[in-house]
Amino acid sequence: MIDTLRLTAEQAAGLLESGELSGDELAGTYVEAIGERDPELHAYLHVVGEPGNGVPIALKDNITTRGVPTTAGSRILEGYVPVFDSTVATRVKEAGLPLIGKTNLDEFAMGSSTENSAYGPSRNPWDPERVPGGSSGGTAAAVAGGLAPWGLGSDTGGSIKQPASLCGLVGLRPTYGTVSRYGIVAFASSLDQVGPITKTVRDCARLYATIAGRDACDSTTVELPEAVAVPDAEDLKGIRIGIPKELNEAEGIEPGVSAAVAKAIELAESLGAEVGECRLPRSVDYGLACYYLVAPAEASSNLARYDGVRYGFRAAGDGDLTALYSRTRWEGFGPEPRRRILIGTYALSAGYYDAFYGQAQKVRTVIAQEHAAAFEDYDLLLSPTSPTVAFKVGDKAENPLAMYLSDLLTIPSNMAGLPGLSIPCGLSEGLPVGLQILGPQFSENLMFRAGHALEQAIAFDFVPERLRA
Amino acid sequence: MPEWEPVIGLEIHVQLKTRTKMFCGCENVSGESENTRTCPVCLAHPGTLPVPNKQAIEWTVKLGVALGCEIASRALFHRKNYFYPDLPKGYQISQYDIPLCAGGKFVVPGPDGDRKIGIVRAHLEEDAAKTIHVGGSGGRIAGAEYSLVDFNRGGTPLVEIVSEPDVHSADEARRFLQLLRQTVVELGISDAEMEKGSLRCDANVSVREAGETDFRTKTELKNMNSFKFVADGIEAEIRRQVEIYEAGGEVVQETLHFDPGSGTIAPLRSKEEAHDYRYFPEPDLVPVEPSVEMIAAAMDDIGELPAARIRRLETEVGFDLAEGLVSSGRDRLYERVSGDRRAVANVVMNQLAATGVDPEAVNGTELAKLIAERERIPRAAFTEALERSGDPGFSADDYLGETAISDASELDPVIDKVLAENQAQVETFRAGKEGVLGFLVGQVMKETGGKADARVVNERLREKISS
Amino acid sequence: MAITREDVLHVARLARLEIPEGEVDRMRDELGAILEAVGKVAELDLSDVEPTSHPLAVVNEWREDQPRPSLSPEDALANAPDPVEGAFRVPAVGS
Ligand SMILES: [Zn+2]
Repeated sequence: MIDTLRLTAEQAAGLLESGELSGDELAGTYVEAIGERDPELHAYLHVVGEPGNGVPIALKDNITTRGVPTTAGSRILEGYVPVFDSTVATRVKEAGLPLIGKTNLDEFAMGSSTENSAYGPSRNPWDPERVPGGSSGGTAAAVAGGLAPWGLGSDTGGSIKQPASLCGLVGLRPTYGTVSRYGIVAFASSLDQVGPITKTVRDCARLYATIAGRDACDSTTVELPEAVAVPDAEDLKGIRIGIPKELNEAEGIEPGVSAAVAKAIELAESLGAEVGECRLPRSVDYGLACYYLVAPAEASSNLARYDGVRYGFRAAGDGDLTALYSRTRWEGFGPEPRRRILIGTYALSAGYYDAFYGQAQKVRTVIAQEHAAAFEDYDLLLSPTSPTVAFKVGDKAENPLAMYLSDLLTIPSNMAGLPGLSIPCGLSEGLPVGLQILGPQFSENLMFRAGHALEQAIAFDFVPERLRA
Repeated sequence: MPEWEPVIGLEIHVQLKTRTKMFCGCENVSGESENTRTCPVCLAHPGTLPVPNKQAIEWTVKLGVALGCEIASRALFHRKNYFYPDLPKGYQISQYDIPLCAGGKFVVPGPDGDRKIGIVRAHLEEDAAKTIHVGGSGGRIAGAEYSLVDFNRGGTPLVEIVSEPDVHSADEARRFLQLLRQTVVELGISDAEMEKGSLRCDANVSVREAGETDFRTKTELKNMNSFKFVADGIEAEIRRQVEIYEAGGEVVQETLHFDPGSGTIAPLRSKEEAHDYRYFPEPDLVPVEPSVEMIAAAMDDIGELPAARIRRLETEVGFDLAEGLVSSGRDRLYERVSGDRRAVANVVMNQLAATGVDPEAVNGTELAKLIAERERIPRAAFTEALERSGDPGFSADDYLGETAISDASELDPVIDKVLAENQAQVETFRAGKEGVLGFLVGQVMKETGGKADARVVNERLREKISS
Repeated sequence: MAITREDVLHVARLARLEIPEGEVDRMRDELGAILEAVGKVAELDLSDVEPTSHPLAVVNEWREDQPRPSLSPEDALANAPDPVEGAFRVPAVGS
């Protein structure tokens, strides 16, 4: 009997290789687990249960899959069945990983809890009264809840790192440009990036290797400077680690989170890392404001294609074209996309561009410069991933600004196009705490090495306590 | 009455004849059935991304060089945001503050010297899809019941050329446009056919009193689909504005449509709000930095430009014929045909053009023989020979054997008959309007089935009328 | 930054969102709060700073002018809410 809660993707691959288990049996086991636990977790929007010989995978439902509904968590894409595959879906297919299903998300990946999904929130396997984080909360809930060995999410302001943190998992937001965005339902083009959510750093590296690399269909991708290395070193000798004061002492970080991260930093030192303090003052002070101008501005344009003409939802009723557009879009989008479209439209409109969007782009330059300066002295930076552990469903749903603060610590490096890895580093009030590991562009291999070494030393048990056998 | 000076700027769209669309691999062809040249990218399905067509960028650079523009060292694509069913993404990928080509000068030779028309910019963008309005009258928007959208044209590459307001008459606008068209065709980057919409022209028109330095309110004339309509439309708009000012009124800034049928100008149904396109740099594309090699290759690839050829041929045949030959692309044939330069130019520009024969298919040596003997052979035979001159294996000798009726005794009865039947024209001639003679010659030709010798007919007519 | 009711309606028109009359004031309050928060970027004097529109330092990404197969007409119209005679039907543009 396989315990899907404990089985890593690497172990699953081992079982398949040794012939102990067939691919179909493995896929069937996950479909069974979904039947059992997904009614509570609501991690999936569509279960596919594809047969195959590889380790099955869950894909966030903003990743286009040919012939399989792709809704991006929005009513405006209800019933949309793509006639093409996203590049990551193609790469996953070519690697022989069968699709288990499409996972829930905040509508158009806008949110930090999955509560903005038009199809209802997902639940945190550690405590179903709490959110799994977001926007890739469905993938995180699926992996933590044993409903998938691994999965893909997407990260714009923290949508992989934060749910990984809240669900006790490993999540990688890759360097911008290393993973194709072709077929990823666009939210904010200059920030969106697909990445793995897994139980271990080694699984994370393997999945990243599967999806990364230049794509002729995405002119903003590049070839990786070096092949992905699956980590096995257990020390941090020779690695200089900076602790950005502002990312570690920001207002709103829960004491239990700080304590767990502080312990992880001590462990890093004991593993041989050189640890010192550094500063990112303006990145943290202005990062959130910058993000909430750049991302909505791009979103307002990216979401203009949902007009009820070529695909997706079209509002009923008579009237001219403008009426059809305006009703379709109001009824098809939920509150968060509407808000961001309006903010973004405002920020780009005549008379406001320079003060808002133009200024935000300059702040972006400042943020990139501050990070570059920090990486002159340090190889990696450490901080909490999320200021809090998983919060209760409904706690922040009515207050967008409070919800936005959930990404306070993940946003600055995202604005600079930098990669970030979140690994679990302990519990606070019985809920997982995530450690954010940041590096310069294309430093994924170093982050994997450090993440793996710390993971071994921390020895966090990724199976939610209440579900342990 | 004050003297009015028209101030005209042109905005020209040229469809590039690349094999594929601007940002996807769909074929760039017209005339196929609806939505058969579409893909997830040009239908703007969720998550799809543009990848630029290198050929389109190279051709835009080539055009820029031919227009004497500066080529940007780093050009950007921007998004121009607005909603319309022919715009699937809800934005058009275009260029904004840093176009590929800017600050050029286009020389338009005129009878009184060169006119230099400033080129503000030439930029690359994607074309809109085609919307067919169903119901209502004549496919126009007004009164339509619904519209059908065909995305075959959507996303094909388009170059927009914007001139400075340096054009000062409708005729100059037409000449500028014709020469620009010829340049684009010779560069091999577009068919540039106005009737088919692969060359489109809008004009910004204002007038001011001679001596004024400021510009007055301008109007925008849209979608004039032939050179003649461009000239007629601008002419009509100039007249309209002058009349308004002379009646003490004010011109309103608006977009207008010229109806060539009635010669009238009417406001286009305006979109419901002031435009706010919210341009911002296209985050799905990286900057374009044309290399020195790309610009050098473009320069090497450009031959003698039409304007220069007009000046060269002008010394042989005068300005009008030189301009006509070059602007119509007939000068290559002209240069291949030896003989009296004016006679060759006249035949190539007039009689041969009237036959519709492709000048490139004509054998220059045979045509030269024909032109040398044109006064000796019957007009009907000459015309027939011209009609056949593009056929493979065409030989002028087949027609040179025929001779015209030059015997006055044979022609006189016919001439007398024509004079008797056309007394009014005879009086007109006597009153000094000698132009009417052509009409009378034509009547004689008609009676003789085109076989009369035109010179003899001319002489006899004159003699008889003045006797 | 105070945003007025008219601002909200203007932006909603630009974005083609038909805000029900009863929700305009609530929307104004929400947007006002967010704009006040993001308006913080104006505190920095960045007149000498170049804007970043893209985190990647890459230029000249393009493709050769080689045709690729288009969708079949069935696939092109597969998701269309109102397909008619091989085309996408929309209501009249109106005034
Ligand atoms: Zn296409």
